[in-house]
Amino acid sequence: MKILVTVKQVPDTSGKVAVKEDGTLDRASMQTIINPDDLNAIEAALTLKDRLGCKVVAFTMGPPPAEGMLRELMAMGVDETVLITAREFGGSDTYATSQIIAAAIDTYGLEEEDIVLAGRQAIDGDTAQVGPQIAEKLHIPQVTYAGDIEKDGRTLTIKRILEDGYMTIKVKTPCLITCIKELNTPRYMTVLGTEECFDMPLHIMDYNTLKDHPLIDATTIGLKGSPTNIYKSFTPPQKGAGMMLEGSGKETAKQLVSILTDKHII
Amino acid sequence: MAFNSADIAAFKNVWVFCEQRQGKMMNTTFELISEGRKLADELGVDLCGILLGDDVDGIAKEIGGYGADSVIVCNSPLLKNYTTEGYTKVICDMVEEYKPEILLFGASNIGRDLAPRCAARLHTGLCADCTHLDVDLDGYVNFLRTGSSLDVDGMNFDSKLFDVKTNLKMTRPAFGGHLMATIVCPRFRPAMATVRPGVMMKREFDNAKAASIKVIHPEFKLAPEDIETEVVEIVKAAKKMVDLIGADYIVSVGRGIAKDVEGGIKLAEELADELGGVVGSSRACVDAGWISADHQVGQTGKTVHPKVYIALGISGAIQHKAGMQDSEYIIAVNKNDAAPIFEIADYGICGDLFKVVPLLIDAIRESKAAKEA
Amino acid sequence: MILDKKHALQQKLFRQFAETEFTKEILDELEETGEFNWEMHKKMAKYGFMGVKIPKEYGGAGCDHLTYALMDEEFARQSAVLALYANTSNSLGGGPLLLAGSKEQKEKYLPPVARGEKILVFALTEPGAGSDAGGTTTTAIQDGDDFIINGRKCFISGAPMADWCILFAKTDLSAKGSRGISMFIVDMHLPGVSLGAPEKKMGIVGYPTSDVVLEDVRVPKDCLIGKLNKGFQTAMKTLDGGRLGVAAQAVGIAQACLDESVKYAKERKQFGRPIADFQGVSFMIAEMATDVEAARQLVYHAAQLKDAGSEEASKACSIAKFFASEAANRCAYKAVQIHGGYGYIKEYKVEKLYRDARITSIYEGTSQVQEIVISSNLLRK
Repeated sequence: MKILVTVKQVPDTSGKVAVKEDGTLDRASMQTIINPDDLNAIEAALTLKDRLGCKVVAFTMGPPPAEGMLRELMAMGVDETVLITAREFGGSDTYATSQIIAAAIDTYGLEEEDIVLAGRQAIDGDTAQVGPQIAEKLHIPQVTYAGDIEKDGRTLTIKRILEDGYMTIKVKTPCLITCIKELNTPRYMTVLGTEECFDMPLHIMDYNTLKDHPLIDATTIGLKGSPTNIYKSFTPPQKGAGMMLEGSGKETAKQLVSILTDKHII
Repeated sequence: MAFNSADIAAFKNVWVFCEQRQGKMMNTTFELISEGRKLADELGVDLCGILLGDDVDGIAKEIGGYGADSVIVCNSPLLKNYTTEGYTKVICDMVEEYKPEILLFGASNIGRDLAPRCAARLHTGLCADCTHLDVDLDGYVNFLRTGSSLDVDGMNFDSKLFDVKTNLKMTRPAFGGHLMATIVCPRFRPAMATVRPGVMMKREFDNAKAASIKVIHPEFKLAPEDIETEVVEIVKAAKKMVDLIGADYIVSVGRGIAKDVEGGIKLAEELADELGGVVGSSRACVDAGWISADHQVGQTGKTVHPKVYIALGISGAIQHKAGMQDSEYIIAVNKNDAAPIFEIADYGICGDLFKVVPLLIDAIRESKAAKEA
Repeated sequence: MILDKKHALQQKLFRQFAETEFTKEILDELEETGEFNWEMHKKMAKYGFMGVKIPKEYGGAGCDHLTYALMDEEFARQSAVLALYANTSNSLGGGPLLLAGSKEQKEKYLPPVARGEKILVFALTEPGAGSDAGGTTTTAIQDGDDFIINGRKCFISGAPMADWCILFAKTDLSAKGSRGISMFIVDMHLPGVSLGAPEKKMGIVGYPTSDVVLEDVRVPKDCLIGKLNKGFQTAMKTLDGGRLGVAAQAVGIAQACLDESVKYAKERKQFGRPIADFQGVSFMIAEMATDVEAARQLVYHAAQLKDAGSEEASKACSIAKFFASEAANRCAYKAVQIHGGYGYIKEYKVEKLYRDARITSIYEGTSQVQEIVISSNLLRK
């Protein structure tokens, strides 16, 4: 049994976000972090590893500097990592991305007892699509928004969080689960981990590694293989300077509430 | 003939996935039908809902009242509770048979589970969590005029790659709302989107339209083996407990509640309840023993960044500002128009919180009621 | 100095841990109760901080001095006292065993210390023997296979929590000065070992310090570490390493003073503008930044010299400690000054930084002792 976790390196949008004049993100000026939900997936995997002694392998697709993130994951306790990187993969939307990652997981080997874990969504795109789409491409069941995971043999019992409560779902391995932050609190690296992670296995899967996989062809990967395209990107209207509302009576209260509802603030 | 999502000429009509839970239609469905009506009109096609469940004919016609021309209803005990595999299979089979050109889902936890799986199976594009949809180009340009910081008049909206007048333009926030992107899906059909709940306006209910909606019961195949997950139980949660750090809405009280401490806190609680938020406070209230320390926002309390921070009777000392100035929107109510809190507030009301807050609560309730109706 | 990938990752770990875990609630509780926070101790142990510098074969992570310095710096930046929690096992506690202990002693004592299961402290100072360790009056008299120890050690950091202590005692009563002193590891639970009341300290509150009193304490002879009568040399070498830790702690405190001052100077308005606009304030910030950076480079350099086994390391550690601890005090003074009245009240972080900074130029050799070490390195060659 092993656990395969998909992770993404993302710009840290919690601080100041820099936008270039053409409306695209100035990634160079921003710090990168491990996508927060993905850390919950890593923690879920490591918790299972602590209990069951299984192997944990992390997969990421991104440019070569993503190696730093993979070293960090190994310093936390991940056993092996896979960096999927190629110019041909650049510009992929969620559909194309999931094809490529599914091909990488399949190439690495997905067995009966295995579990694939992913974060619910990445903070750069917030789409929550790649996890379910990988599951579809791998032909395995998925459970999203996992708030609790229990494992008994090949059966997993998962608390799937809904807006108005939760569902308890049973599913058998192999399957894919997307994790939310309520699931756990991610651990830190260990000191020993930071000493050893640079000598641990990091596999590179480039275009040549994956090009013969059935899921990979020019029409399904990269910018050209992506069904969706960005038509325009722009910044929302600038938040104006503060505004003092006239009066303090009923009309003022109504005016404020209508401003807030018009802007979808409440 | 085999289904081919790239044969875009073969696709017609707008579809909306009608989400129901425990036999009750989700409110988002009505918002989506209303929005779908607009898109169908822009394209000059029909609007059709697709409703899955067990014995859900009773709620099918409702969507007609919001503008649907027809509704496809698939009843099966296997569809009683939502399962990814069961719903994906039936929806994809229906899409392959009827070929809608646009397919919308609510961006609920279920919609966001189901839509990507369907898109991957159908080999088409999906845009997540949209806040604005257009087919009509003029409508889109008008939207950008007020909804963006772009100078639209000097812009070129043409594209060599696709027809900008007939493709669905799906706009969504990215990077935590710092950036907006308009996405198109020009080469495959259906163009799919999940739409953020609460954003689209619900139409007025039309009784005649509800009565005349065409209900379709197509044949479909679904076997127990198709479903690989088992729903053991569904639990409705009691009211969620939220702490200051994770709260989207915080209503904080300051020294301004001194004349009636209990009343002031009660008002703040009521306002917070209306917004689904929590009550915070300045240090002064904690020091005075009016409220417990876990409510305290500021340098010596918690640092918060909610969507909306409402400061009631808080002057805005530097210690307090340090803990809340990164809130997305700050609203201040204070008797003193020179209070420093107004320097960082997006909206300020100069007045007595004991008078202003009840009016705010009323206005919010009214606005909610208007939305419900 | 530019950190390599590994050290940069370790710095990130220390920073992440301290920023997240050393919460205001925990720091306030330490300050109010003055008591040791066992929960924090355990949490720090779980991630391996107690064993940073202890070799892997003895249960540690086997990191170098640079990593150790980075840890002390990053921890002290958030809390000078919690930096001590992870420090002792790596410096004054574990150091003597690593320098002079036998394989059996290292195997017995180091793994539980590295895992944080046991606390090991260092007891050198006596009421009449501080910087002049030669004035030691605690005695250990051989009696068959045992030693009988009598005496009193004072200002022993961590004594109230300790399971074992590294203790220095005169074994050759006829020898003069620093000669005739031996080093022992003493089980703190033995009959005859007792503690004084915890001291009420100015700063680093929350890491209790007390006297250790020894009355006819009988320890077996395998508790002797290193050679009989040669303990003083080990003590001095241990203190070299300890100085590096204190220097790094001082850099962390100085950096925190700078952090707080920059933040406050931009927020605080007087005469209608942020006080950062006034050169009287901005120049103080420039001075602090320069002090912090210079101190940091001295510390990293000394750590690298130690890792390289350089003969210059001892002097470099003293220079680093001398400069960094004085810099921390200068920065703390300026930070309080920039904060004005707010800096004088306990709610603001700089009030504590001011008190915490003060110890760095005192313990493990005062600034004046460092000056003696530095100058004698230059003048007595």
